[in-house]
Amino acid sequence: MNYIPVTADERERMLERIGVSAVDELFSDIPKSARLSHALAIGAGHEELEVQTLLARIAANNRCSDDLICFAGGGIYDRYLPALVDNILQRPEFFTAYTPYQPEVSQGTLQAIFEFQTGICELTGLDVANASMYDGATALVEAALMACRVTKNRSRVLAVAGLHPEKIETIQTYSAAGNFSFETAAEIGPLLDETVAAVLIPYPDYHGIIADVSPLIEAAHQVGALAVLDCDPVLLSLLKSPAELGADIATGEAQSLGNPMSLGGPGLGMFACSEKVMRQIPGRLVGKTVDSQGNDAYVLTLATREQHIRREKATSNICSNHALNALAAGVYMAALGPEGLREVALSSCAKAHRLHDELIGTGLFRDRYPQARYGYEFIVDWSGSESFDAVYHDLLEAGILPGIRVGERGLLIAVTEKRSEAELGRFLEEVHAHG
Amino acid sequence: MAETNAYRGPRPTLYETSRPGARCLRCPPASVEGIDAVELFGPYARTTPAALPEVSEIEIMRHYAHLAAMNFGVDTGSYPLGSCTMKYNPRINEWAARLSGFANIHPAQPDSTLQGALALIHELQKDLSEIAGLPGVSLQPAAGAHGEYTALMVFRAALKARGDARRKVIIPDTAHGTNPASVIMAGYEVVTIPSTTEGLVDLEALKEALDSDTAAFMLTNPNTVGIFDPQILEITAAVHEVGAFAYCDGANLNAILGITRPGDLGFDALHINLHKTFSSPHGGGGPGAGPLCVSAELAPYLPGPVVACDEEGVFHRVTPEKSIGRVRTYLGNFGVLVRAYAYIRSNGAEGLRAVAEQAVISANYLRVTLGEILPVAYDRHCMHEFVLSAARLKSEEGVTALDIAKRLLDYGFHPPTIYFPLIVAEALMIEPTETEPVAVLDALAEAFSNIVEEAKTDPDLLRQAPLSTPVRRLDEVSAARSPHLRVIQTFCS
Repeated sequence: MNYIPVTADERERMLERIGVSAVDELFSDIPKSARLSHALAIGAGHEELEVQTLLARIAANNRCSDDLICFAGGGIYDRYLPALVDNILQRPEFFTAYTPYQPEVSQGTLQAIFEFQTGICELTGLDVANASMYDGATALVEAALMACRVTKNRSRVLAVAGLHPEKIETIQTYSAAGNFSFETAAEIGPLLDETVAAVLIPYPDYHGIIADVSPLIEAAHQVGALAVLDCDPVLLSLLKSPAELGADIATGEAQSLGNPMSLGGPGLGMFACSEKVMRQIPGRLVGKTVDSQGNDAYVLTLATREQHIRREKATSNICSNHALNALAAGVYMAALGPEGLREVALSSCAKAHRLHDELIGTGLFRDRYPQARYGYEFIVDWSGSESFDAVYHDLLEAGILPGIRVGERGLLIAVTEKRSEAELGRFLEEVHAHG
Repeated sequence: MAETNAYRGPRPTLYETSRPGARCLRCPPASVEGIDAVELFGPYARTTPAALPEVSEIEIMRHYAHLAAMNFGVDTGSYPLGSCTMKYNPRINEWAARLSGFANIHPAQPDSTLQGALALIHELQKDLSEIAGLPGVSLQPAAGAHGEYTALMVFRAALKARGDARRKVIIPDTAHGTNPASVIMAGYEVVTIPSTTEGLVDLEALKEALDSDTAAFMLTNPNTVGIFDPQILEITAAVHEVGAFAYCDGANLNAILGITRPGDLGFDALHINLHKTFSSPHGGGGPGAGPLCVSAELAPYLPGPVVACDEEGVFHRVTPEKSIGRVRTYLGNFGVLVRAYAYIRSNGAEGLRAVAEQAVISANYLRVTLGEILPVAYDRHCMHEFVLSAARLKSEEGVTALDIAKRLLDYGFHPPTIYFPLIVAEALMIEPTETEPVAVLDALAEAFSNIVEEAKTDPDLLRQAPLSTPVRRLDEVSAARSPHLRVIQTFCS
């Protein structure tokens, strides 16, 4: 199966029009010695029916959240996906379009992104949000680089050690290029001085904890550094906004706003900042303007920050972003509305706290941070006599993905609004069986 | 031409049509009883709700139906956007990515529960390695620019291991803007070299710029004027002679699928845009995927995790031994990888070669036809795309490439890429792709012909164009001067 609409006769006619007798003549610039003399070793093509069968079989070799009840999170959540979201995403006018460089025929994409930007501004309280980054980790990298530009001669970036470990690893990789130095510490205070460009602060951290972040934001500002809050967009419906806390930049993994887990990609990097630093923001921005007839219209704007105009002086190399995931998030935010998103978050928190208390109640798990405030994700340590490897394995066998393992005995558990009473009950029952 | 169509003209945002109390989805009420934010978060509890829209389901559906009608996609009509490879997006790919076994899997699941996904990734690594002619593959990069950056970091690590820190990366002046921007992000200096009057690498200029401080040379080949550089073997040899790496920007890989391989041309690394060559949709700007393929020397430095298969046929996530580390969370844009995998299985070896051949035939057919209407910048056989210049039309009639592009919209075509590459004045860069029917190519040529005629008889019409689109030309200057980047809501509580 290929998707070429040209018939053999038409192909001959085209070659004739071009003035060549065989297609090979068109490839004459390619050195003969480097031309493939054999077919690519990737197998023969298949008809759609066969491809469908093959892919269904591969997919069936995974255990998905339909039969493996998902209590794992860490930025990627098994939330309920409203039916209308994917219906809108499947409109080909959206998903088969390119980047909206021709605004006259791209108002759909442009306005959808403008509304997405508005939603992210509402959740974060900040003035400006971009059209998206790849994921939560690269959004943080961009925040670090942006902070270095804003603070001019500074290039030291600090992060609270409780940040998501894969985000820390990603920032470390980027920092190896030498554009900024990167350190993590549990206590940032002693490291702060006037060489620091940014402090990256998780809100909540990888273990689900909402720490007392205000003093750290204030301390960062005292030395002239930017405060970057790495957030969970759903939890922001219940939490004081980054702007209210004084953050200059807010980032986060926003997959859970209407996107499937999809093995963690494509995710959705959210990125918002205050107006005073917005000229240094990376990525695309949609702005409102008027057309020549005075109609309201939308357009990509402040493009002089971007790589296709500024080349080596651009604020970032990003070109393709995660626009379709941002569209999903925009639809999701509208479908839930302010009350609905709070309900999603509250329902998740209520179930998480119940499961937490009952797990502790079994006497088989210990609270790692008994005094901590948390939302719908928390960490506990196995204290039963059996090896936790065996317990985890049995839970999987019983159709439960109990969470993300952290160390030998630790389990990071996320509970979304999608989890039913019965599913919570099954989890507890299986744990009890190991008592 | 019709005036702005009332059915698809401007529409207020959902934030502006929001009405207090209107609802779409709710959570089952029992699940939210007896819990409140202040109890959970104390001083960190939110007191002012986020002002998201309050609207009903039908309002949302009509809103997005209206927005969709104001958008142009590959399914709407021909999209000959140069260097973007706007080919048809097969629906079986969309179906596959939405299978629950792909869409509803969590990256923290143990490998034993993800054997299907890991097998797919492993096979796609092998497929892309074969297509690229390079043994090492990482599917982590999320986009082309991300792949470029990743490659440069891999070069940096390999050079460091040789004890050979280098500072500069050379690029030709025809390069995509992401190339120089990625170079800076990877901590290198950009050295730009001019191209020849034929749009090719100036080999003398390259040799002069290459020295022991050069980390890499980045080249798009076929290049951005649609020509395969015939000096390619000399170019990569010259790069290797000074101990530098040759990088291929794979944006234009569609033209050479199954015909030659970047690895066989002497490139050490290549990124592939799955959202161009391998048919995953552009999504209005993404998500894409930019897998990186590298030589055996560089493979140990690839970002992790990659997928390996053990002797029992079990798949595992592993980190290459000298990995530069992660360049993002998790395993890459898996949903995009599934689509590309389905596309490769559909086409097979013969099909992919047919894709390249037809892409090149269609481009040349259009080059010959359009060449009779506007001058072709480099009038010789092209690969998958070519560049027209409207410079003469501009000096004679005062009509620019932009005007032509805008007028094409009135004829129902998405315009080509304009003003790129920078070395051609008033450039219109055209890439029809292999998925356009001949009749559409003929209609596109006819539209060009009409427009050039209009330029002579009624140039003002072109300067006013487009006339039939949902909105007309935009005031981009004031958009940038006083940015209005979100809905400003008036709060009344």
